[in-house]
Amino acid sequence: MLEIIWFVLWGVLWAVYFALDGYDLGLGTLMPALAKDERDRRIIYNAAGPFWDGNQVWLLTAGGVTFAAFPGAYAALFSGLYTALMLLLFALILRGVSFEFRRKVDSVSWRKVWDVCHVLGSFLPALLLGVAFANIFKGIPFNAQGINEGGLLDLLNPYGLAGGVLFVLMFSLHGALWLGVKAEGPIAQRAEAMAEKLWMAVVVMLVLFLLMTIFFTKLFANYLANPLLFVILLLPVIGLIQVRMALGKRAMLKAWANSAAAIVGVTLFGVIGLFPALLPSSLDVAYSLTIANSASSPLTLKIMLGVALVFVPLVIAYQAWVHVRFGHKITDADLDYEEAY
Amino acid sequence: MDVLLLSRLQFAFTTFVHFIFVPLTLGLSLLVAYMETKYLRTGEEVYKRMAKFWGKLFLINFALGVVSGIALEFQFGTNWSRYSAYVGDIFGSLLAIEATLAFFLESTFLAVWIFGWNRISPKLHNASIWLVALAANISAFWILMANGWMQNPVGYVLRGDRAELESFTALITNPFAWQQFLHTLSAAYVLSGFFVLGISAWHLARGNQVDFFKRSFRIAAPFTIFFALAIVVQGHLHGNEVAKTQPAKVAAMESHWETMTRAPLYLFVIPDPAKERNLVELLPIPGGLSLLAFNSLESEVRGLKDFPPEDRPPVSLTFFSFRGMVALGLLFPLLAAWVWLRRKDPLSSPAMLRLLPWVIPLPYIAIQLGWIVAEVGRQPWIVHGIMRTEDAFSPGVSVGQVGFSLFMFALIYTLLVAVDIYLLASHAKKGPGSTDNKGISHKDSVAVESKPSLA
Repeated sequence: MLEIIWFVLWGVLWAVYFALDGYDLGLGTLMPALAKDERDRRIIYNAAGPFWDGNQVWLLTAGGVTFAAFPGAYAALFSGLYTALMLLLFALILRGVSFEFRRKVDSVSWRKVWDVCHVLGSFLPALLLGVAFANIFKGIPFNAQGINEGGLLDLLNPYGLAGGVLFVLMFSLHGALWLGVKAEGPIAQRAEAMAEKLWMAVVVMLVLFLLMTIFFTKLFANYLANPLLFVILLLPVIGLIQVRMALGKRAMLKAWANSAAAIVGVTLFGVIGLFPALLPSSLDVAYSLTIANSASSPLTLKIMLGVALVFVPLVIAYQAWVHVRFGHKITDADLDYEEAY
Repeated sequence: MDVLLLSRLQFAFTTFVHFIFVPLTLGLSLLVAYMETKYLRTGEEVYKRMAKFWGKLFLINFALGVVSGIALEFQFGTNWSRYSAYVGDIFGSLLAIEATLAFFLESTFLAVWIFGWNRISPKLHNASIWLVALAANISAFWILMANGWMQNPVGYVLRGDRAELESFTALITNPFAWQQFLHTLSAAYVLSGFFVLGISAWHLARGNQVDFFKRSFRIAAPFTIFFALAIVVQGHLHGNEVAKTQPAKVAAMESHWETMTRAPLYLFVIPDPAKERNLVELLPIPGGLSLLAFNSLESEVRGLKDFPPEDRPPVSLTFFSFRGMVALGLLFPLLAAWVWLRRKDPLSSPAMLRLLPWVIPLPYIAIQLGWIVAEVGRQPWIVHGIMRTEDAFSPGVSVGQVGFSLFMFALIYTLLVAVDIYLLASHAKKGPGSTDNKGISHKDSVAVESKPSLA
């Protein structure tokens, strides 16, 4: 039972990470398309300003919980996807420092360097996380020792790439909507117009991805055995419909919240399909890393559950407060503020 | 070059870089929080400017601390998968708790502090930097409980093919881990103290913003002397704990080859590990090592020859790192005492003001040397007595993969460290005046001469 609870929490933590840092990564990815001048770029940086670092901690927590609750899966996944994860890491490092460094020296070429780092450092994680999770859904060639027998290029199969494109599009939509929340004037209008285009692209890509899922993965087996589970797909379906309706009325916060729900829904859809495996092996079901063969001891799971039940709601509460407190439109006064990015 | 060696080099390099930035976040957060509290209590604008100026240096430093920390969490899985699977039940949970309790709090409220100067109430604003300081120190607690467990594993059972948790209480009351925690915190506070003193002295020597930097100096002085003295006493207790639990490490720290009672302490030694002896041993203090290790002249100190060669840590590196750390650790209270004596009027000692900026790197060196003693001295074990480092690396990872990542780390980190240190130096030299409300700095410097400092 504890293992099942932790499996669900594992999925939820990744989903929350995607729903939160997703908009930061999307903002960075869209920067070349949406920013016409330095002021626009600063609006984009500051739209992520007070949030991105706290959002990124969800990745550390999701990784840490994989380590703590399912050490076997953590060991197999992180060593198995070595190069992809290192690229993700380097990208996130450059993304992180670009916020802090770019305004510290008053020079156009200096800022350009960090802008390039910022865009790559946002786009690559979105792509790599999508490729990684699609490959997890599909199954990775883990052998009996939990070693991935495939290489980096094997991850770039059609389904993996489709997952990467889907994540980039979903995160970009999410980022465009958040920019609509935070910005005013022409850049906000460009963000909204971009969101409308991206919405269409996300819908098409999601349908394509779900169709490919039928052929490339065994995710639907759990759903066919227990059709009630299909309910989870209501999250992305209703979420995306609501995004479009809210976007039409320019109710950006509502659109953004529904986009978050859609991202959570897509992630949980995959995670539920995986159960009871965290990492199915594409070589042999017996080699899959499951809640049975990779979980921690009941004592550890119990203590961790206590910690999670107390602190995760607390974290959600204060991070929600920050989003409300700093969710205002970015004004000239905000850009003149000396601590602004 | 094999995967094991490359992975060890990569972990050593990335932890080394990470720990250039961590200690300052532990101590400077407290000092900045205190400065802002002082601003709230007194209403004097100078303390607000202090919180902002030192806070800006804190932020530049923090940026690399955060991103280099992610690299460490990833590496347990990418490069040390057998270790991760073997001890995840215990070690992994401590890391996950660290993230949940500390990282969220630290990152979220640091952002509130940065962006909240005009947006939230002054009290709440000050509370956020106290939360950041608290979270940074909580994070130190959990990561050192984790490292302390690798040094002195407690509260576990070996079941099947891994170590499983038996007592969480034993894990967080591990005496070794607590000594490491106190040692690291004290060292980080000394480092932060000398950082503030050094930059303040640099400006005071040039007559810049005299009131501002005199007050900064005055705040850092008691903080620095307290922890510089505390760490000497605490370091001795820490040494006792090492002697009790890791006798081979202590033997390597002293390059002590023969088991004996009344073991002497030689003030000058050059180890010769190939011949299992010391090339030079000068100025013995009879019984000194027995006394230091076990607080008794009669106690027996095991020599390196007592351990099979495959169970001995690298002697020279451990020995010289320890000597270097201790020498610096004994120098700091002397420097801090000088500072303390001149805390009311630092301008009266131009020699001290000229020296202090050069002291800034020394605690950094001491703290890195200390970690070399802790980690190299633990070899050949990754978890002392339970798992060897050579059994811990990822079997599925190739030389090419680790070679690539190590190269990239070397490249990216070298550039980022250079940029970060450049930014720290240029902002430190620029001083507080240029970025803040005009006029105030002038008014303050007039107020100074007439009113005695309160710190």
